[in-house]
Amino acid sequence: MDTTKLQKRAAVSAMLDPKIVMPAIRASFTKLDPRLMIKNPVMFVVEIVAALTTVIFLRDLVTGGAGLGFTFQIIVWLWFTVLFANFAEAVAEGRGKAQAETLRKTRTESQAKLLSGAGRDYKLVPGTSLTVGDLVLVEAGDTIPSDGEVVEGVASVNEAAITGESAPVIRESGGDRSAVTGGTQVLSDWIRVRITAAQGSTFIDRMIKLVEGAERQKTPNEIALNILLAGLTIIFVFATVTIPSYAVYAGGSISVIVLVALFVTLIPTTIGALLSAIGIAGMDRLVRFNVLAMSGRAVEAAGDVDTLLLDKTGTITLGNRQATAFRPVRGVTEQELADAAQLASLADETPEGRSIVVLAKEKHGIRGRDMAELGATFIPFTAQTRMSGVDAGGSSVRKGAVDAMLNYIGGGAPAAVASGNTARAMQPAALSELGREIQAIADDVSKSGGTPLAVARDGKLLGIVQLKDIVKGGIRERFAELRRMGIRTIMITGDNPMTAAAIAAEAGVDDFLAQATPEDKLKLIRDEQAKGKLVAMCGDGTNDAPALAQADVGVAMNTGTQAAREAGNMVDLDSNPTKLIEVVEIGKQLLMTRGALTTFSIANDVAKYFAIIPAMFLAFYPQLNVLNVMNLSSPQSAILSAIIFNALVIIALIPLALKGVAYRAVGAGALLRRNLLIYGLGGIVIPFIGIKAIDLVVVALHLA
Amino acid sequence: MTMIGWFQIILFCVVIVALTKPLGWYMTRVFGGERTFLSPLLRPIEAGIYRISGVDERREQHWLTYTIAVLLFHVGGFLVIYGVMRLQAALPFNPVGQGAVAEDLSFNTAMSFITNTNWQNYGGESTLSYLTQMVGLTHQNFLSAATGIALAMALIRGFSRASVRTVGNFWVDVTRCTLYVLLPICVVYTLFLVWQGMPQTLGDYVEATTLEGAKQTIAVGPVASQVAIKMLGTNGGGFFNANAAHPFENPTALSNFVQMLSIFTLGAALTNVFGRMVGNQRQGWAILSVMGVLFLAGVAVTYWAEANGTSTLQALGLTGGNMEGKEVRFGIVASSLFAVITTAASCGAVNAMHDSFTALGGMIPLINIELGEIIVGGVGAGMYGMLLFVILAIFVAGLMVGRTPEYVGKKIEAREVKMAMLAILVLPLMILGWTAVAVVYPAAVASMANAGPHGFTEVLYAYTSAAGNNGSAFAGLTGNTFFYNLTLASAMFVGRFFMIVPAMAIAGSLAAKKSIPPSLGTFPTTGGLFIGLVVGVILIIGGLTFFPALALGPIVEHLAMNAGNLF
Repeated sequence: MDTTKLQKRAAVSAMLDPKIVMPAIRASFTKLDPRLMIKNPVMFVVEIVAALTTVIFLRDLVTGGAGLGFTFQIIVWLWFTVLFANFAEAVAEGRGKAQAETLRKTRTESQAKLLSGAGRDYKLVPGTSLTVGDLVLVEAGDTIPSDGEVVEGVASVNEAAITGESAPVIRESGGDRSAVTGGTQVLSDWIRVRITAAQGSTFIDRMIKLVEGAERQKTPNEIALNILLAGLTIIFVFATVTIPSYAVYAGGSISVIVLVALFVTLIPTTIGALLSAIGIAGMDRLVRFNVLAMSGRAVEAAGDVDTLLLDKTGTITLGNRQATAFRPVRGVTEQELADAAQLASLADETPEGRSIVVLAKEKHGIRGRDMAELGATFIPFTAQTRMSGVDAGGSSVRKGAVDAMLNYIGGGAPAAVASGNTARAMQPAALSELGREIQAIADDVSKSGGTPLAVARDGKLLGIVQLKDIVKGGIRERFAELRRMGIRTIMITGDNPMTAAAIAAEAGVDDFLAQATPEDKLKLIRDEQAKGKLVAMCGDGTNDAPALAQADVGVAMNTGTQAAREAGNMVDLDSNPTKLIEVVEIGKQLLMTRGALTTFSIANDVAKYFAIIPAMFLAFYPQLNVLNVMNLSSPQSAILSAIIFNALVIIALIPLALKGVAYRAVGAGALLRRNLLIYGLGGIVIPFIGIKAIDLVVVALHLA
Repeated sequence: MTMIGWFQIILFCVVIVALTKPLGWYMTRVFGGERTFLSPLLRPIEAGIYRISGVDERREQHWLTYTIAVLLFHVGGFLVIYGVMRLQAALPFNPVGQGAVAEDLSFNTAMSFITNTNWQNYGGESTLSYLTQMVGLTHQNFLSAATGIALAMALIRGFSRASVRTVGNFWVDVTRCTLYVLLPICVVYTLFLVWQGMPQTLGDYVEATTLEGAKQTIAVGPVASQVAIKMLGTNGGGFFNANAAHPFENPTALSNFVQMLSIFTLGAALTNVFGRMVGNQRQGWAILSVMGVLFLAGVAVTYWAEANGTSTLQALGLTGGNMEGKEVRFGIVASSLFAVITTAASCGAVNAMHDSFTALGGMIPLINIELGEIIVGGVGAGMYGMLLFVILAIFVAGLMVGRTPEYVGKKIEAREVKMAMLAILVLPLMILGWTAVAVVYPAAVASMANAGPHGFTEVLYAYTSAAGNNGSAFAGLTGNTFFYNLTLASAMFVGRFFMIVPAMAIAGSLAAKKSIPPSLGTFPTTGGLFIGLVVGVILIIGGLTFFPALALGPIVEHLAMNAGNLF
């Protein structure tokens, strides 16, 4: 996949990019501040023992002691261990910092046109002085001073500052596209905006904080993992502090530095060092994907999602239905129907209307006609008539929903039946024979997953235009992939159950909710949650807000309303609902990376025991050299090699921590087998090889 | 090693596995309060007990209430045993006229019995009256075992229930366990043992005239009834000092085999109860398999080490393995198997002297206990100990499937990890900590019978056995000193209760959670992969901690022995 390739390149380049590396090296030292280190218990402990051994070393240096060269090397590597951990975190943060810089530039000190009354009188005030509830006017060329809701007007807005997409978007009052973001620029027209966020808590402010990781809260899983690591550290304290007493019994003694080396290599420094880098990189990966998670908790929850609610339109199908067939009634030719349908659609700029004109041309060679030449007047679609058409030269053509058209013709259809739900409502004998025929065709179209559109000329029904939802290419495979991940997909649609079932089958979703109201959605989420499942959904409208808030992962579209954006725990800047799938993958990747490195870190201990224990006791129990399975050259080189390996493995694993362990949708069993093999078994074997190799180098360089 | 030897080991495993399912079915019904074939007889007694003690059997307890009930119950038990021991001289059923037991020994023994450890710093026939044996010890043998099973049931309920605050009623669980599970089996079992030749009498010790004409006092007593529960409840405290090596405490090969079976049956059956209660028996079999893998590995090493003997013995022309400290009646296989079983479970009964095992053969019992006795384990205790490791294993590796770790539908989160870690800290702290003190504290060093690594192993074994609530002794160490009586008692206390409280906290927190239905994305916990993973985590997290100590004890002893150095 392109995205993962991109991420890989990004991860590797971050390690090499001097713009990130240089500040990161500096940060590795400033992060030594114990007040910062204490947040990471494992590395904090390493810092403490490094500091203590340094003091002891200095004392010995003054008083004069033996083996100072060896002690010095161990101490240097102890400090490196801490620095490498800080470096990992700093590199992860560095990537976000660069992004934050760009964002900060957009937060210029703009002037705001504060409105005093209902008119357009305003006074210029600094943007920073605005408070929630203020009304401001934003005209072409102005930068929107803060987040808000459009209360009047419509304007095209350039949101490149936050989305990176230069094509302008429309923002208008009412409806689902009323939210505007501070720092974006109005290109044309004007809007009246009610401010909804104070300075410092705007969307861009939050973005900056997020990508910088400044206010990063530990996520629940991270907290649990930290407890485990702290617990293991305590266990190894017991294991090491008791050794001197055993040695005394055996008639020997063990130096502090050797004990420290054993202790530091045994405690889970690898995962301890990389844990926060993994978390930051996970958030960062989302940001690169133009998705903003409001908390790390949400990213974790994404990995746990069991049920995905997806809106049909825009996610599963292309946003617009397209005409696919003309279905005339008996006695009317397809050509006649196509001609009338094309005429009725000439002035119809909706994608559906355009697709009828295209189909008429493709199938029947009917060329476009000029409305003015025909002297035609356009009758636009209204919510009351639910039809549109053209009056030209005493003739009138109309097209519209089947029940609305029957009503218009005088078929006696009950008014205001939801579109497409006519099948049963229309059955009564009151229908004319023609009406029944139209109805039969309409049913047929519905069953195949299409939407019927009736066409009439001069009050006579000619037939049905079949509009069809076009299922997005490749979406079926995506759903199959999700199924392999163990995630159930539910399609949400306003269509009638028949149409919904047909599209559901075509797209390959597991289930669907037809004729869904916002309440139905909310209920569905609650039901799933009651079964213990985690639910993810995306939405944009204000009426989606309750469901977005209820869902465990609610991705709000950036184009959506302020209410929706506040309710969700993620915002998709590209407003692409299909992304929900990637969000889940990124969440899984984050958890997997943590698990893989924890397993690796703990598995490493086996080799370290075999390196250090024989070396430690060799002086008084030479027999124990049998345990020196790596055949390390001397006790000193064994201990030094183990501690060098322990430090270097942190650096070696930074790229993996940043780019994450690759996720494959192959089911948990296969995934676990693969990862256990690589990180579990690998974690046992690799240090044996690594420590041996380092030992050879240490001996070659006469370091020990 | 011989074919017939391996046949015995395999036969043992087959019988255990065969008993697991029916017993699991029966116990699930008992603890679910359902009718069983014994109900017509026992139900009136059960109802009577509740009526007299004012227990409402339908009222369940919050985990904390349950735990407090457990603790209070133990305080009571402790006071009774301590009191009886101190006053036994003035109490009835003391035909031999044993005097009052010393304060520190009484303290140690009382602690030993309420914690299901049954560490013997006393010699049964030379110190205790019949009343002490029966009221003090046999009685606690039942109750500490029943408590262990009750606790395991509470934890299992935590996994099997969803969104509730209660984990069962301790008084009901203990009553049902004693009445429906332990007592009926023990009645039959005791009769069987008597048939095999074990004494069961309240009469005086027997005077016998030997062939040489010398007078010999043969100790007897209510042995069979105590042995039955000592094995079934994985208590291990022997009626006689020689424990199951004594002919009256283990008369025949058959009694030996059945005693071994009875150590494991209830613990193994609990895995099936777990599977049944979480709605998938395969979950139970997976856990039993983890135990099985570790068990067979241990048996193989010990049997191999004992059957091969040592280079020193071979140099003396002694072939046929290491028979030192073993009963000739049982031989190498039955002794090795017994040693591994009794330490895998927290039984502690012995039919051979572990002290006389080869270094490596004796290391396996040590490791078995240090892993937390989760290989079947003490009745109940083994199950909850194992579940703690499962929680850790799932937490460490479960993330690798890309989900927050979950086990049988329960998310493993910070609270569970915290409690599991707390419980797992207990063993290294008590074992390594006290050993470190004892090997340098002069008064303690004086208790050692052997020098060098072997003496070290004796001390390590003593604290391991105490903290693990096993109770078997490596022997060679004089444990009945003020220092050992107190420190061992503290290891027993911490090893038992600092494990119980966290385990119960987990039970409460799990019971309150929702249950998540499994999907394709869920960590599969019934297959070989899971079994391998848990075994790995047990060995690395539970085992490696003890590696330095083991290296200085049995490992170095073994290596030194090969080089001709003996200790």
